[in-house]
Amino acid sequence: MSRLALLLLLALAALPRPAAADIVADVDEHLVGITTGFAGTRILVFGSIDAPGHVVVVVRGPSGPEKLYRKSPVLGVWVNSAALTFVQVPSFYAVASTGPLEEIASESERKRLHLGVDQLELQAVGRVSENLLREWRQALVRAMERAQLYWTEPGEVLLLNDRLFRVTFELPAAVSTGTYLVEAYLFEDGVAVAAQTLPLVVNKVGFEAAIYSFAQQQAPLYGLAAIVVALLAGWIAHLIFRRE
Amino acid sequence: MTRPAHRVATAAIGIRPSTMQIYLPIAEISLDVFLLLGIGGLIGFLSGLFGVGGGFLMTPLLLFIGVPPAVAVATQANSVVATSVSGVLAHWSRGNVDFKMGLVLLAGGFAGSTVGVALFSVLRGLGQIEIVISFTYVATLGIVGVLMLLESSRAVLRRRRKVPTRRKLHQHHWVHGLPLKMRFRRSRLYISAVLPLAVGFAVGVLSAIMGVGGGFILVPAMIYLLGMPTAVVIGTSLFQIIFVAANVTLLQAAQNQTVDVVLALILLAGSVVGAQFGTRVGARMQGDALRLLLAVLVLGVGIKLVVDLFTPPIDFYSLGSA
Repeated sequence: MSRLALLLLLALAALPRPAAADIVADVDEHLVGITTGFAGTRILVFGSIDAPGHVVVVVRGPSGPEKLYRKSPVLGVWVNSAALTFVQVPSFYAVASTGPLEEIASESERKRLHLGVDQLELQAVGRVSENLLREWRQALVRAMERAQLYWTEPGEVLLLNDRLFRVTFELPAAVSTGTYLVEAYLFEDGVAVAAQTLPLVVNKVGFEAAIYSFAQQQAPLYGLAAIVVALLAGWIAHLIFRRE
Repeated sequence: MTRPAHRVATAAIGIRPSTMQIYLPIAEISLDVFLLLGIGGLIGFLSGLFGVGGGFLMTPLLLFIGVPPAVAVATQANSVVATSVSGVLAHWSRGNVDFKMGLVLLAGGFAGSTVGVALFSVLRGLGQIEIVISFTYVATLGIVGVLMLLESSRAVLRRRRKVPTRRKLHQHHWVHGLPLKMRFRRSRLYISAVLPLAVGFAVGVLSAIMGVGGGFILVPAMIYLLGMPTAVVIGTSLFQIIFVAANVTLLQAAQNQTVDVVLALILLAGSVVGAQFGTRVGARMQGDALRLLLAVLVLGVGIKLVVDLFTPPIDFYSLGSA
């Protein structure tokens, strides 16, 4: 009997709550292909909410280690004198909302969902004092911002009739490849009441992908091919020169 | 990070920014095709004008427009292969290549470039590659530039005053006491093989680190250190540079995966055309005046790099180039 009740409870929990507020979102392209002409791209995230509230949209790039260097002058020359490696650094991070993030989401919610660049959990390899780590974290965020990979200022989500929303994100040409996550949240009274997560794949395709995987997987052969191409190009150049 | 640098570069070179962006698969950035063709053309023009590879100018320019240092250096070596091949073929048809000397230089060059690439990997791991590239450039550009400036300005002055030049038939230094003497018929030399081996080795290390063929170091070294006739020098240096640059390309591709074929081909296409114009302009100019101009150019690049070394960065912190 109790087992049956448990099963029923689980089934109910799995079902969408009909009365609760919900958010539906989608992106215009689920696959961003990096082709020869790729110079960055724009991602449109759109959707609707079925209860009044605030919308927050986050785009996160695939995470990986990132090494940061600090320059200091040695006899007047600026050299890299210190380095720190961070683990699990999102390669892209942008957040947009229908209003100021601090007013929409409570501090505990921002912390829990990692909303805003200041809430990213950037952990360093090895033991670093808290003060020093804070300084390096800020520097990492600045460096990512200069590369147009982090948005320190939240973008604006446009809300129409308190129902439809849309927002565009710009990915620069230097974006990392991999699976990105687009998260859309509906906030009521500082708490996220509904959420949807969409995957977005950024990958080199066609010629670019072929060259890259050739260079990575058959590195010595790629080197030989590069030399042969150069030899041929030089020979052709000589033929053209001679004719002139 | 790469975008603003690109914009600055476009403005500095004076080319109207266009929208023909091309994504470079290994450098993982997208740059303007016309900007790259323009850089290739400019380098080709200078190389046709002065008879050097021009790699020592191309690597700094690539760094300037935002190509990661490791990719710039490795890709440069790849495009040097092509430039040298076309140069050697032209010189070979005139009989100006000393293959024996080339092979001895090559033996030293192979050892040198292998050591250089290994050194490059170590330095890259330590995060010091940028500073080492800059320092190597400053040192070699400074030394070669000053020596050439002194030599060529003296020659220009002498020509103005019409003083006849007198030269010793044979100069004897301590180097002639070294063992392993060899005869180089085309260069009309009977010298120790240790000397060209050492020159080849040094240039090999430098070319791996700087991503240049080493022509601007090798040519003066062959003239002043080995005492080779100038006519044979350029063809022979280009001959050995093909192999050294090919070795660097192979090793960089295998160990660091940093050779961008797409970038190399675009640069090459530009430099082939530029070299045509350079050769024509160069044919109408005096040799010593040309060397003086080259010296000024070499020193100019060197001074720019020195200024950069001492200029405080925008941010003390920077991301490691992947």
